[in-house]
Amino acid sequence: MVQENHNSAYKFGMVIDLDKCTGCGSCMVSCMAENNVPFKEDETNKKDSITWMRVYKLTNDKPFPDTEVVYMPRPCQQCGGKGDHGHSPCVSVCPAVATDYGYDTGIVSQIYTRCFGCRYCMGACPYHARYFNWWDPKWPEGMEKYLSPNVSPRMRGVVEKCSFCYHRYQAARDKAYAHGNKDHIKEEDYQTACTTACPAGAIVFGDLNNPAHEVHQIVKPDPHPDPRNKHVAGKSRNPKIFRLLERLGTNPKVYYLSEREWVRKQGDNYLEGEWEKIKNHHGKASHG
Amino acid sequence: MSEIENKAENGSTESAGEGSAGEAKDDKGLGLGIIFFIIAFVACFLSGTLLFPKLLYSKKEQPFNFDHALHVSEAGDCETCHSLREDGSFTGIPKLATCLDCHYEDVLGETEDEATFVEEYVSKEKEVPWHVYSRQPDSVFFSHAAHTEAGGMDCVSCHGNIGESTSSRPYEENRITGYSRDIWGKNIFGIKKHSWDRMKMDDCAKCHKKETGHQGYCFQCHK
Repeated sequence: MVQENHNSAYKFGMVIDLDKCTGCGSCMVSCMAENNVPFKEDETNKKDSITWMRVYKLTNDKPFPDTEVVYMPRPCQQCGGKGDHGHSPCVSVCPAVATDYGYDTGIVSQIYTRCFGCRYCMGACPYHARYFNWWDPKWPEGMEKYLSPNVSPRMRGVVEKCSFCYHRYQAARDKAYAHGNKDHIKEEDYQTACTTACPAGAIVFGDLNNPAHEVHQIVKPDPHPDPRNKHVAGKSRNPKIFRLLERLGTNPKVYYLSEREWVRKQGDNYLEGEWEKIKNHHGKASHG
Repeated sequence: MSEIENKAENGSTESAGEGSAGEAKDDKGLGLGIIFFIIAFVACFLSGTLLFPKLLYSKKEQPFNFDHALHVSEAGDCETCHSLREDGSFTGIPKLATCLDCHYEDVLGETEDEATFVEEYVSKEKEVPWHVYSRQPDSVFFSHAAHTEAGGMDCVSCHGNIGESTSSRPYEENRITGYSRDIWGKNIFGIKKHSWDRMKMDDCAKCHKKETGHQGYCFQCHK
């Protein structure tokens, strides 16, 4: 008997409302606690510190009183690669198959026991979402008892990154199995740590393929590839929603939402005058 | 083997060219070479198969003997003690509280092991520090619900006939990796006769490929 358990593919993604984000950093803290992310004695050394979820500060570069500041949380973007076929930048370059694209969930894996630390993936990632363990994690006395048993801790010499709290998906799937509905995990059963920790409710997480999920209703992903750039798929039909470096065709599953135009413009690097032409369509290729 | 023979033959032809007197002596050398080779091979083979596993694995006795067969006959099937929780997670080896469902009073049976259990653990309210034969490495995610509920598999497919055992075998731990010997399997060559003999990644992948048509993405079984 061959069981078919790949008939319902999820495509987990999130949309982050930058107008709601206050930059409090709860998502970063909850992420580190949830995923056993090691911290360093000197966390100001950004070449050494590891932050699966990182909040960046964006400004509109205008003098007072027109200064505006926006905080942008950046998890792994879980790229689908060109045409959304699963050829994510990091997956394509890994010589050890230590990272692969889960076609059943759309989540890019990272297998620490398989990684040998060449860091090609870090070079390939346009979002700086991957981090290298230069040292073995050192937990303060007794703190190892507080580590999550559902996430394996990493050793020195391997790369790690956000997994969209995959262990929570595994737990949700187990629950669905136990209740006899193996193909449908509930929206509330699988939410990432950052989503549940955000006090502003700025992060919405769910299945982008499921019209019943809130994230789908907000993002309204286009089911067809972008006619103006064939590499871009799943573009939001809401002009207020953009993805980081969308024109690259990496097809991230993390969408950002902002009412403010200058914020949306920060999602990519535009030539002079380019933004005016494509501001309502940021996925468009720069050369026609 | 053949390489040594060739060498021996080459040696004999070379020296045979020197004179007829050496012929009988060379034959003797060839015979001795083969004998020594066989002795050395057998010695290496035996030390590799008998001595090496003893060096590689340390043996630990369980805190006390556990009679699975007796418990199955008294309490029912596997699920009585090893069950799925409401949230789909697996209870694994039961905690003391589960044991106390039956062992709430004095010693029930006549075995010494039960006396040890009651004296050392029940009366002191201490959890039994069992060694888990089937414990996978930390990087492995294994879902019992996926296999027993969704896949409809029985316990025996992976755990063998442990339900029929009357005593606990010693737990063997790989000194290098710290993993249970059950992962690699009892056979040092990795030869597998039953589906439960080995629990390496290849074994999981092979069954997944056969049963689901796909060996699965990394995150299906890793964490």
